[in-house]
Amino acid sequence: MDTIQLLISGIANGCIYGLIALGFVLIYKASESVNFAQGDMMILGAFLAIALINANQADLPFLLGLAIAGASLGLFAYLLDALLLRRVFGQPQLTMVVLTIALGFVLRFVIGAIWGHDPVGLETPIAGQRLSAGGLTIPVIDAVIIATTVVLVAVLWLFFARTRLGLAMQASSQNQMAAYYMGIPVKRVVSLVWAMSGVVAAIAGVLFAAKGAVEPSAGLVFGIKAFAAAVIGGLGSLPGALAGGLLIGIMEPFAARHLPSHVAQVSPYALMLLVLILRPSGLFAQVRQKKV
Amino acid sequence: MSLLEVADVSLSFGGIRAIDGVSFSVEPGEVFTIVGPNGAGKSSLFNLVSRFYQPADGSMHFDGHDLLACQPHEVIGLGIARTFQNIELFDHATVLDNLLIGRHSRRRTRWFEDVLFLPRVRREERAHRRQVEEVIDFLELAAYRDRMIQGLPYGVRKVVEIAQALVSQPRLLLLDEPAAGLSVEETENMAWWIEDMQKDLGLTIVMVEHDMGLVSQVSDRVLAIAEGRPLAEGTPAEIQAHPEVVRAWLGGVDKA
Amino acid sequence: MSKPRFKTSYDADIDRFQGSWHRAQYLILILLALLAPWLLGSYYVGELSSVLVWSMAGMGVMLLVGHTGQVSLGHAAFMAIGAFVHLALMLRGWHFVPALMVATLASGVSGALLARPILRLSGIYLAIATLALGILVEDLAIVAEPVTGGVRGLVAPPIELFGMTIDRHGTPVAFYYLCLALVVLVTLAYANLLRSPTGRAFIAVRDSEISARALGVNVIRTKTLAFALSCAITGLAGALYAHLVQAVNFESFLVIISIALLLQVIVGGLGSIHGAFFGAVVIVVLPQGIAIGRDVLADVGIRVAAFPGLDMAVFALIIIVLMVLEPRGLYGVWLRVRTWFELFPLYRKGLFRRARSYLKTERLK
Repeated sequence: MDTIQLLISGIANGCIYGLIALGFVLIYKASESVNFAQGDMMILGAFLAIALINANQADLPFLLGLAIAGASLGLFAYLLDALLLRRVFGQPQLTMVVLTIALGFVLRFVIGAIWGHDPVGLETPIAGQRLSAGGLTIPVIDAVIIATTVVLVAVLWLFFARTRLGLAMQASSQNQMAAYYMGIPVKRVVSLVWAMSGVVAAIAGVLFAAKGAVEPSAGLVFGIKAFAAAVIGGLGSLPGALAGGLLIGIMEPFAARHLPSHVAQVSPYALMLLVLILRPSGLFAQVRQKKV
Repeated sequence: MSLLEVADVSLSFGGIRAIDGVSFSVEPGEVFTIVGPNGAGKSSLFNLVSRFYQPADGSMHFDGHDLLACQPHEVIGLGIARTFQNIELFDHATVLDNLLIGRHSRRRTRWFEDVLFLPRVRREERAHRRQVEEVIDFLELAAYRDRMIQGLPYGVRKVVEIAQALVSQPRLLLLDEPAAGLSVEETENMAWWIEDMQKDLGLTIVMVEHDMGLVSQVSDRVLAIAEGRPLAEGTPAEIQAHPEVVRAWLGGVDKA
Repeated sequence: MSKPRFKTSYDADIDRFQGSWHRAQYLILILLALLAPWLLGSYYVGELSSVLVWSMAGMGVMLLVGHTGQVSLGHAAFMAIGAFVHLALMLRGWHFVPALMVATLASGVSGALLARPILRLSGIYLAIATLALGILVEDLAIVAEPVTGGVRGLVAPPIELFGMTIDRHGTPVAFYYLCLALVVLVTLAYANLLRSPTGRAFIAVRDSEISARALGVNVIRTKTLAFALSCAITGLAGALYAHLVQAVNFESFLVIISIALLLQVIVGGLGSIHGAFFGAVVIVVLPQGIAIGRDVLADVGIRVAAFPGLDMAVFALIIIVLMVLEPRGLYGVWLRVRTWFELFPLYRKGLFRRARSYLKTERLK
């Protein structure tokens, strides 16, 4: 029983990692670069939601607060790409990596300056509630996290497979030049992908803050861990990202129980390094060879 | 004995046969040209000889050395230098620096000697520079010596790339579409360079080229390939008149 | 550069300095560095030592990132190896010099060993792998207690050299000269490398691996060598850093230091030795500048709370502005300013316009 409970908690954590990893993959597909500020965007989303929803703050209705937080993050990410990142478009990958790292530092500082550095939780209607079934008790929030992730992934999948915009995004990510010639406004599409990754980050942040507590500096560590998830799953694969997130989420509690604490702490990164060396395109991506 | 012997090589990309049983041999001192429609596998043949691609089967020998036993970076040391279809120069460096990098296969100093810049390193540097200057004179690049590659006209870059191959003092030069993108005048100049390299430097040249004017002017022998298979081999005139070649080129329409 | 010169021998291009004026500039710089302790107070001598140590670490990163084109987000790991090995040996009674040499060697060798598996990765994947490496070393520093002193870390003993006892606080000037001597040595070696076949091979690998290979460069070996040399220099910097801060533990070399090192060489300007120094100056001067600015504001009655992370955020903002406006970093700004003065009044605005570069895909197809 204990094992199953550990498993479910791990899955819920894994879903949050997976959502952030999803953000990494979206950006990687759109810009061929990694957004090292993804974790900080998540924390920003969490703090926005807290500021809007918590009773001692703006005290808005829960869902309204959520919607505003998600929309603001989406807008923020869109403008970020349109106003800043677009200007370095076409420069080496390193440029984008460095820009987003720098952006992460700025975000972390701004969040800390506004909301302080103490851990805060998000007040939810379901706080503390538990589901009991057949001797198992699961926190409702875990179930909500898992359900939200499943729905979100399904929506994303439908979006990319079925809608015109989704297809345009796929086309631009596969061959920017060709997409451009086909009349797809590549730059705007890239900005929209950023907006989507912003919304996903906000949702992940809200779930994270609802399950525990957030603090400004959590973005770096959480981002890197989710990043490990994305790499383990394969940076180019959306389902891979989720799988990688789940793998790390499930691995963590079990490693913490059965391994010495130092080993447990670094196990996600050790796994990432191993995957990079043995299967650089990720565990769940098809192996393809680079053409000369 | 032939300088370069390519026997029955094949190459596959994930199930697609890009090259299927091509053989040819190149005699010392000749200009040997490979022609064929787009996608026929001409550049792939070059990439095989310079070991960027691994053949599925077949053998390749250069002057008695088994090329298949070589790593890509060892090929130039045997005396085979090449150029690329889309010029691969170092854009942010000067012509001089590009040519000095071209001397890499002739370097004899180790890294720790370089770090200390021992007198031997300076002696070697002077020798490299002398060789580079000879090539600059030969290809009349003196005016561009200290210019950055990225500001140079396309035609000049083509010549610089050949110079970069020449400074390694090769015996065999592989030219991948030397006249692509050049004006009529520049193409004429290119023909002269090729003839000069053959006659004055005694180089053997294997070339991939579309411009049939240039091909007839400089080639001793021509190999025509299509869809990865050899069609015909002979003098430029024979190849241009060959019915199979005409069919492959003009898509079945007879030449009037 | 300053006045037209006619070259009369190949040596003019091979020499380290391009003409006597160029040489004189650097002699003046060295002279100023030697006179600095008399020109500045002892506090600023300490800050200068700090600049030198970070310049050294910056040179290590620059060699790899700026000249070989391999991105590392984990170089603090090699500072850690250098620092811990050096201190562990000194605390076991080794003399400063052999301990320093072994520490440098150990960093270089571990770099070379790690390079083999991870250098097959390129671009962003290499950056990720080095990031993972950096995180792993953080914890390794706790686990490897015999070398690292575990959680408590190690305290740097004073340096015995030429009959003197050198200590960062007791004899700051002597420590400064020690750092200066080592930095000058490494800079000379670095400059030698760049004007020789080895350095050209590094740059060839950076600019086009395919072309480098065709020209006879063994790409894997060249990258491994660059990684090893880079790690050795960084390890040497780590050993000096241990003396600079007097005590190191697992928290001294967090991943954030690796990231700061990368940002440092980018601010300074990738692809030039100068850049490592410019970046180090920014890293050291910026927090001072912010502190001074806060004092000045406090004097006129505006109290600014000490925000944690402000230094890093300002640094990050500088990076963002530079990346958009002058990707060649401060060295690029310096080049522009110098050219402006040299050509005055003929400077044209478009003189440094970059050729448009296109997105080179590095995706696995």
